[in-house]
Amino acid sequence: MLRYFISILLLCASCVSLASEVNVYSARKEQLIKPLLDKFTEQTGIKVNLITGKADALLSRLQSEGDLSPADVLITTDAGRLHRAKEAGVLQSIQSDILTQSIPAHYQDTDQQWFGLSLRARPIFYNKDAIEPQQLGRYEDLADAKFKGQICIRSSSNIYNQSLIASMIAADGEKATLEFAKAFVKNFARPPKGGDRDQIKAAANGICNIAVANTYYFGGMTQSKNASEKAATEQVAIFWPNQEGRGTHVNISGAGVVKTAKHKEQAIKLLEFLVSKDSQAWYANANFEYPVVDGVDANDTLQSWGHFKADTLNLSRLGELNRQAVKIMDQAGWR
Amino acid sequence: MKPQKPWQQRLPWHVWPLIIAVALLLTPVISVLSSFLQGLAPSWQHLADTVLWQYSINSIYLVLGVGFGVLLLGVTSAWFVARFEFFGRRYFEWLLLLPLAMPAYIIAYTYTGILDFSGPVQSLIRQIFAVGYGEYYFPEIRSLGGAIIMMSLVLYPYVYLLARTSFKNQPQSLSDAGKTLGLSPWQNFYRIALPVARPAIIAGTALALMETLADYGTVQYFGVSVFSTGIFRTWFGLDDALAARQLASVLLLMVFAFLLLEKFARSKASYSLAGSLKACERLPLKGLGNVFASCFCSLLLLFGFLLPFAQLVYWALFESLQGFDKEYWQLLSNSLKLASITSLLTVLLALLLCYGQRLWPSKLLNGAVFTAGLGYAVPGTIIAVGVMAPFSWLDHSIHNVLESYSNISTGLLFSGTLFIVVFAYMVRFLAVALGNIQSGLLNIHNHLDDASKSLGFSPWQSIKKVHLPLLRPSLISAALLVFVDTLKELPATLVLRPFNFNTLAVKSFELANDEQLANAAPSVITIVLIGLIPVILLNTFMQRNQH
Repeated sequence: MLRYFISILLLCASCVSLASEVNVYSARKEQLIKPLLDKFTEQTGIKVNLITGKADALLSRLQSEGDLSPADVLITTDAGRLHRAKEAGVLQSIQSDILTQSIPAHYQDTDQQWFGLSLRARPIFYNKDAIEPQQLGRYEDLADAKFKGQICIRSSSNIYNQSLIASMIAADGEKATLEFAKAFVKNFARPPKGGDRDQIKAAANGICNIAVANTYYFGGMTQSKNASEKAATEQVAIFWPNQEGRGTHVNISGAGVVKTAKHKEQAIKLLEFLVSKDSQAWYANANFEYPVVDGVDANDTLQSWGHFKADTLNLSRLGELNRQAVKIMDQAGWR
Repeated sequence: MKPQKPWQQRLPWHVWPLIIAVALLLTPVISVLSSFLQGLAPSWQHLADTVLWQYSINSIYLVLGVGFGVLLLGVTSAWFVARFEFFGRRYFEWLLLLPLAMPAYIIAYTYTGILDFSGPVQSLIRQIFAVGYGEYYFPEIRSLGGAIIMMSLVLYPYVYLLARTSFKNQPQSLSDAGKTLGLSPWQNFYRIALPVARPAIIAGTALALMETLADYGTVQYFGVSVFSTGIFRTWFGLDDALAARQLASVLLLMVFAFLLLEKFARSKASYSLAGSLKACERLPLKGLGNVFASCFCSLLLLFGFLLPFAQLVYWALFESLQGFDKEYWQLLSNSLKLASITSLLTVLLALLLCYGQRLWPSKLLNGAVFTAGLGYAVPGTIIAVGVMAPFSWLDHSIHNVLESYSNISTGLLFSGTLFIVVFAYMVRFLAVALGNIQSGLLNIHNHLDDASKSLGFSPWQSIKKVHLPLLRPSLISAALLVFVDTLKELPATLVLRPFNFNTLAVKSFELANDEQLANAAPSVITIVLIGLIPVILLNTFMQRNQH
């Protein structure tokens, strides 16, 4: 028994001291990050250990583990959670010219505690038989009574909806956004249910005519082996809202280096690898996300959706305004 | 009361390890309950103004609906299978357990696939009758009603399993007495068998309802706002972890009140069975009765298992891009290992606790065991976070002590390893094992304890020689339920697991949650198939036992 205990101790001690590895807590699901991490190991010989989970739960784990935490890198799928991690004091500022120079300023933290790695756009999808693109304009216009019973969108418990509303609070103010949300909810074709793919399918099938969803779900549907899902992608088209003004709402998936990282050097290397041209192209090819770095050859599918102007709001604001966004959606009765 | 004295004297050191074990298991539940000590969270005003009412109403409807559903399905099928002989009974006996292996959110996804607007059923209707959307009525599966049906279909086996054991173990003399008194089979059922089986049925229903309250996946997908979705919305969306824990403790208090009420109602009537231990004989059903029983069980099997399973197989075969590769063997072995270890430890602990209660009744132990069982009603993520704090504290303490004497760092000895995962499972699933064993123990009359005592058996001997053989069916069904529950468990595994460690449930969730249902199908099918192993084992054992 004692020998067993000692060997465990030694094992743990040796885990900690292994130099050429990096430990990642990731809110990106395994299938959406592991292939990239494997490439990193192949190129650098640095082993990557991975735990995936929900961002807030991982953050709780980081906080409770404190200075003994083995984590070096925290990856999330939205800026709000990165902001929350920064507020919780679990991240550290990173000096890396590669990161600060290749990532646009509004997609990174002002103190360089976190960096955006890929972009997720949330445009409007419309049924080509029922809606003319001229009828559409801004997100704000979706509250117009002429769209009564025509809009599908998922539950407001979803972070992407929370971020969208947060971006509207930043642009239009709290009062106007509450007005918008109240009128917008009245235009829903049905109570919110299902995920983004479901909203796009509903728009394609005439349950509603307009859906708001992330583009990468749409991209996944174009590759689906399910006939009805694929057919749905032919029936709808993307409309990029707010092109005359601030631009279409985008969110990031991003990462930061943990304050107590034991492998800081390797962690920075990993982040730098993730903004390399090849990695950036992978995000687009594997999951139809937009590269965060300029000058990356865009994927064909992404190009077919056309160019768009993205909202340049500093994404820290999404995190700061998230709570207000949820409150507004509660008040508007958006389930 | 002289003869009891030698046993009572040993109380302190026999019971203390148990109390310590329970105290450890209690920490997450207590950390949830104690959240109110920190004062009312800032979000309460907002919650009360807007969504709290809706959370409560929907949760109540959900619990009432699922309660009715599992009682109807579970008790009826258990009654048929335990007391009658009809076409296919021998197979239904274990086939009816299969839905247990199906995670509720997965069955929700599959039924949505089948019954949704673009699914095969509605497409067929549109083709046959040449109608378009909105021109015909079709019930919406993704609704509160749909959630009730989905959960009833996968949770009724809890009631079925416990009620079946109880119906089966009721002595023949009991139903004979009913017959002599001129009771019809129906009267015999609801005036004799049902009241006697009540503790078992209530235990099964309580388990099903606690799981209902803890469920997140199904209600979230169906867009039904209940307490569990509210807890996470408050935590993740409003960034108010305290309010989330306080919401969870309101949930716990409701369960607490319900269980207490039941206990109180039950204590008025005690049904410890005496007399002949000859089990009931099955009455052969003929004609319509035969057809009805057979059809009822077939339909239950069809909707609870075959249909969703067929949809999964279809996805796996025709739409999945995910194959069964080398990684699957790793997932399989991880899942199997965790589930076996957890079910073994949990059943062992539950057994010790139940005996502690029986042999050395003490209010402290009773209260602690009762509270520890509440972990089942708390969403797994909340339990996981509650488990982290004490073990992280322990790890830091060990680290600090060791570091001051040497340079060795133990790191996260408990909270960074599988230890904490298994521990969290035990917190979650202790209730399942307790429910089974307690209702099994109720059927063992106290006279037997006295008899073994008078034979000069020590407590340990009487457990081994008298109780264990009688209790075996309950122990095995407890182990089975914990095993299958562990296989399906997701939130705690997700947060607490060590690096590079995946299970089948994690894999299927990550794909399904990314809206890649078809790709998730192979791992779900594997979960269901592994869940089959103990079901079949249990059944062969039970049948051998009968002969």
